Amino acid sequence: MIIDHPLLGPRDSSEFVYLGDARMLDRPDPDAPDAARAFYEYGYLRDNPAGPHRELWFHEGGDRSWLVVTRDTVTHEITRVEMARDVARAKGRST
Amino acid sequence: MRYSGFRVIREALRGHTGWGAAWRDPEPKDHYDIIVIGGGGHGLATAHYLAKVHGQHRVAVIEKGWIGGGNVGRNTTIIRSNYLLDGNEPFYELSLKLWEGLEQDLNYNAMVSQRGIINLLHSDAQRDAYIRRGNAMMLNGADAELLDAAAVRKEYPYLNFNDARFPIKGGLAQRRGGTVRHDAVAWGYARGADSRGVDIIQNCAVTGFRIEEGRCIGVETERGFIGAKKVGCAVAGNSGRVMDMAGMRLPIESHVLQAFVSEGLKPVLPGVVTFGAGHFYVSQSDKGGLVFGGDIDGYNSYAQRGNLPTVEDVCEGGMAIMPMIGRARLLRMWGGIMDMSMDGSPIIDRTPVEGLYFNGGWCYGGFKATPASGYCFAHLLATDQPHPVATALRFDRFERGYMIDEKGMGNQPNLH
Repeated sequence: MIIDHPLLGPRDSSEFVYLGDARMLDRPDPDAPDAARAFYEYGYLRDNPAGPHRELWFHEGGDRSWLVVTRDTVTHEITRVEMARDVARAKGRST
Repeated sequence: MRYSGFRVIREALRGHTGWGAAWRDPEPKDHYDIIVIGGGGHGLATAHYLAKVHGQHRVAVIEKGWIGGGNVGRNTTIIRSNYLLDGNEPFYELSLKLWEGLEQDLNYNAMVSQRGIINLLHSDAQRDAYIRRGNAMMLNGADAELLDAAAVRKEYPYLNFNDARFPIKGGLAQRRGGTVRHDAVAWGYARGADSRGVDIIQNCAVTGFRIEEGRCIGVETERGFIGAKKVGCAVAGNSGRVMDMAGMRLPIESHVLQAFVSEGLKPVLPGVVTFGAGHFYVSQSDKGGLVFGGDIDGYNSYAQRGNLPTVEDVCEGGMAIMPMIGRARLLRMWGGIMDMSMDGSPIIDRTPVEGLYFNGGWCYGGFKATPASGYCFAHLLATDQPHPVATALRFDRFERGYMIDEKGMGNQPNLH
């Protein structure tokens, strides 16, 4: 698989480390009253779709940036690659 | 029809005209007591034990393709019960005992071959860990034997004992482990279930669950609605897809695991050998091919095919312990989709939906578990109680903090 890095261009996926579902960017509020339940769901439950999947890849063998890659889990086709930083900022996370 | 030596001779003299189909191809009925989704090893074993042990005969197995076309035909055929933790070891030991009596039980030649398995060890710390694991196995009624380097060398003289980084210092052997002809397991269980009245419905995908007032009353399929008092889901690999139709999110990711076969060679590997410092396991099939595998590719996949970096990684593992493997040509490789659970252990449990039961999360170890998985899932479906050896294999263990983290890893190799 080739991941088209937004800054570095096409790179082989073996340069990357995979973390999983990009919903891991949405860390629950630890002070919420249902935090224990929310963290259980955040930590353990997955949508695990067959089809397009937004997922986190870490460019360990490169610029050490985190990417959000949209990849089809049935065909392995990659349709979109974003910087995880930009995705998090768009959600209003720290600058 | 019972198979026997006499029958083979009789049919040989009569031009093999008397063999019938091993199982029927029935039309689905409107209603069953129990429906098992998934005609793989686990689903068919479940149906067999439901009929045989629990006297349930109004049972259907619904399979989207043909039976045995998924992971039961895609694995590396290894059976063993060399686990450490209490939540796992009694379960896998029950499985190994069921393997030992399987062919007599099913009247079917599954080529169960207890040729033994050796986990190689490469350091003093690993020896201590293996001694502990061997003791845990023996406490649960399994067999274990610690070998020193000389004993391993006697059985496998060509392994790489002098590797500078990972010298082989011994191994933990389980002599009752071995290999099984994997397709025959599906066929044997199908025949056993069918002969007791179970309907095996192939080429009929489940397209939804009918759930009314929190209770599952049947499944929608490509051939219409089929009602049931209870529905069991045994579709590991596709668990996320199927349970999504019931609105459930699971502690599971689907990943692709590859397996490999070399060209046929003369007998060289008497048993199963695993690398203790990497992830590599190898045995030799009765046709002569070296059957081996290693890690999952490491990203979510439903593709049933893997990519080349993992091929290289697995072959490096092989070269590290058995350099002569480099002289063999790779004949075939393929991928299967694993339910990778978050702690690396399976789930056999009820679900929040009344009448809907779940069996999945088998990770690397589904094949060896087939008999016990079917046995325990049948017990759960028939009695609504977990089987005594499967009481730890529950959904809520993640929320309660009782993970069965045999290797400290699940869907990905991060320690937790």
